[in-house]
Amino acid sequence: MSGSPINEEELYQEHILDHYEDPFHRGQLPTATHSHEDKNPLCGDVVRIDLELDRDGKIADCFFSGDGCVISQASASMLLEEMLGKTIDDVKHFSAKDMLELYGARLTPNRQKCCLLSWRVLQSAVHSPVNNNDHVDAG
Amino acid sequence: MTMLMQDENVSVDRTKLLPAKLREDFPILEQLVHGDRPLVFLDNAASTQRPRQVIDVLRRVYEHDYANVHRGIHTLSERSTEQYEEAREKVRAFIGAKHAHEIIFTPGTTASINTVARSWGDANVRAGDEIVLTTMEHHSNLVPWQQLAERTGAVLRHIPITDDGLLVLEELDRLLTAKTKMVAVASVSNVLGTINSVAEIARRAHAAGALVLVDAAQSVPHRATDVTALGADFLAFSGHKMLGPTGIGVLYGREELLDAMPPFLGGGSMINRVYADRFTPAELPAKFEAGTPPIAPAIALGAAIDYLNALGIDAVERHEHELARYAYERLQEIDGLKILGPSPEHRAGLVSFTVTQPHPHDVAQLLDQQGIAVRAGHHCTQPLHDRLGITASTRASFYLYNTPAEVDLLVDTVRQIQDRFKPQGRHRRPKST
Repeated sequence: MSGSPINEEELYQEHILDHYEDPFHRGQLPTATHSHEDKNPLCGDVVRIDLELDRDGKIADCFFSGDGCVISQASASMLLEEMLGKTIDDVKHFSAKDMLELYGARLTPNRQKCCLLSWRVLQSAVHSPVNNNDHVDAG
Repeated sequence: MTMLMQDENVSVDRTKLLPAKLREDFPILEQLVHGDRPLVFLDNAASTQRPRQVIDVLRRVYEHDYANVHRGIHTLSERSTEQYEEAREKVRAFIGAKHAHEIIFTPGTTASINTVARSWGDANVRAGDEIVLTTMEHHSNLVPWQQLAERTGAVLRHIPITDDGLLVLEELDRLLTAKTKMVAVASVSNVLGTINSVAEIARRAHAAGALVLVDAAQSVPHRATDVTALGADFLAFSGHKMLGPTGIGVLYGREELLDAMPPFLGGGSMINRVYADRFTPAELPAKFEAGTPPIAPAIALGAAIDYLNALGIDAVERHEHELARYAYERLQEIDGLKILGPSPEHRAGLVSFTVTQPHPHDVAQLLDQQGIAVRAGHHCTQPLHDRLGITASTRASFYLYNTPAEVDLLVDTVRQIQDRFKPQGRHRRPKST
């Protein structure tokens, strides 16, 4: 895009736009055992994460849904791609700093909140069991 | 290239514009941002910039004249007091108030509205009484009334808006009842740009026995204000949105209303006599100016008014309206771009919009990289955004120093951003493990 008059620097680099247009596991997870949704009050970005945790506390499947800026949605996609197959302990040890590194591009403090939304939601989701037993039989 | 897509029929009537030379009065506008991008400042509804004439007055006050007002029997205190009261008189004349003591200096519009909701509200509003607001109010003209309703058990009603962002005034007659105590309405919406028919609203409110508070933060800086013609019982605005400093605002109130209201903040200056266990309040306006006021900011607000008067506020309005009309028509050319609010004839000098993609925060960030400052988000109007069914929008708001070339850059850059984020058949690369 060298001819483009818009100089995105790192903020909207190809890798991020790929995740924005072709996200990893965007949607609902009917077999979810755990789920959480939150938003950034400042900008209204919303992210929901559904998790299916197996008996060993491993993420057997995960999906995200939501609405918001490129950073909030692309970072959710990257996070789930990273965390599929990992354990609850792995999630707990995955710090905010790790999340910002996974995203890659430098972000101002205001935009870091967009990037950390999905990370916050995931940290809560592993402690938020879905309050129904239907999915066990529905499968 | 994108420039070729410009509709030849959309053009600017330059006879309606102010002389471009006045930009030289604004040192902050001369800078480059992000390396080589001239600053294009289109966030004026949030806060404007200041001309050298205002900055010079601030410097002069602090270098030569500053002392506390209304207290010292010494030269500087007398100078400061005189200039502070001159500023009050300038504000009075600017908004057509009868008496200078009807002008209360506050920290800003928010403080002004809170003063009315607290002082007048607590003294006059009872459980079951009704306050009429509108769907398009800024949070600063919603939350103080919500707090009053919580304290008193009053009920809030809202004049709805059309899909075009105009108030549905037919609903007002239904909303106004014997229980209505106050109608609080913005003269101009900070998101839709809608110019509301305040005089007509006030006429109907008064006929129903209600008072009217006008949130004039978005109109006093941009168009002529006459509190008598408007029928405003109270009117609030801020200095920093009209070339003045932050920390200074105005509450206008009709004399007999302010006289009957209890003081809001207690402390120095607002008293006549203090005993160990009680006080008697001062006369207007001191009664509502407890503590040391924003002295230099008030004097500088007077200088801002001088600047606006020298240009002529009608010329300022004409300039902004022409820019907003031009921006409105050019932005319409962009596929998928949706402008919030009414057509240009009902609109003040701002344009808010959404694009199909990306999100308004991304649009604002990418505009910033071209040097263009806009606002993105809910602009402190969440109920309005709920009504419009969106979470956020991008707003370009103009002032007397903006130019058609800046509008062109805005439009062309928005078009490029939207093109950039159109689905392009991208695919994530498999994660390397």
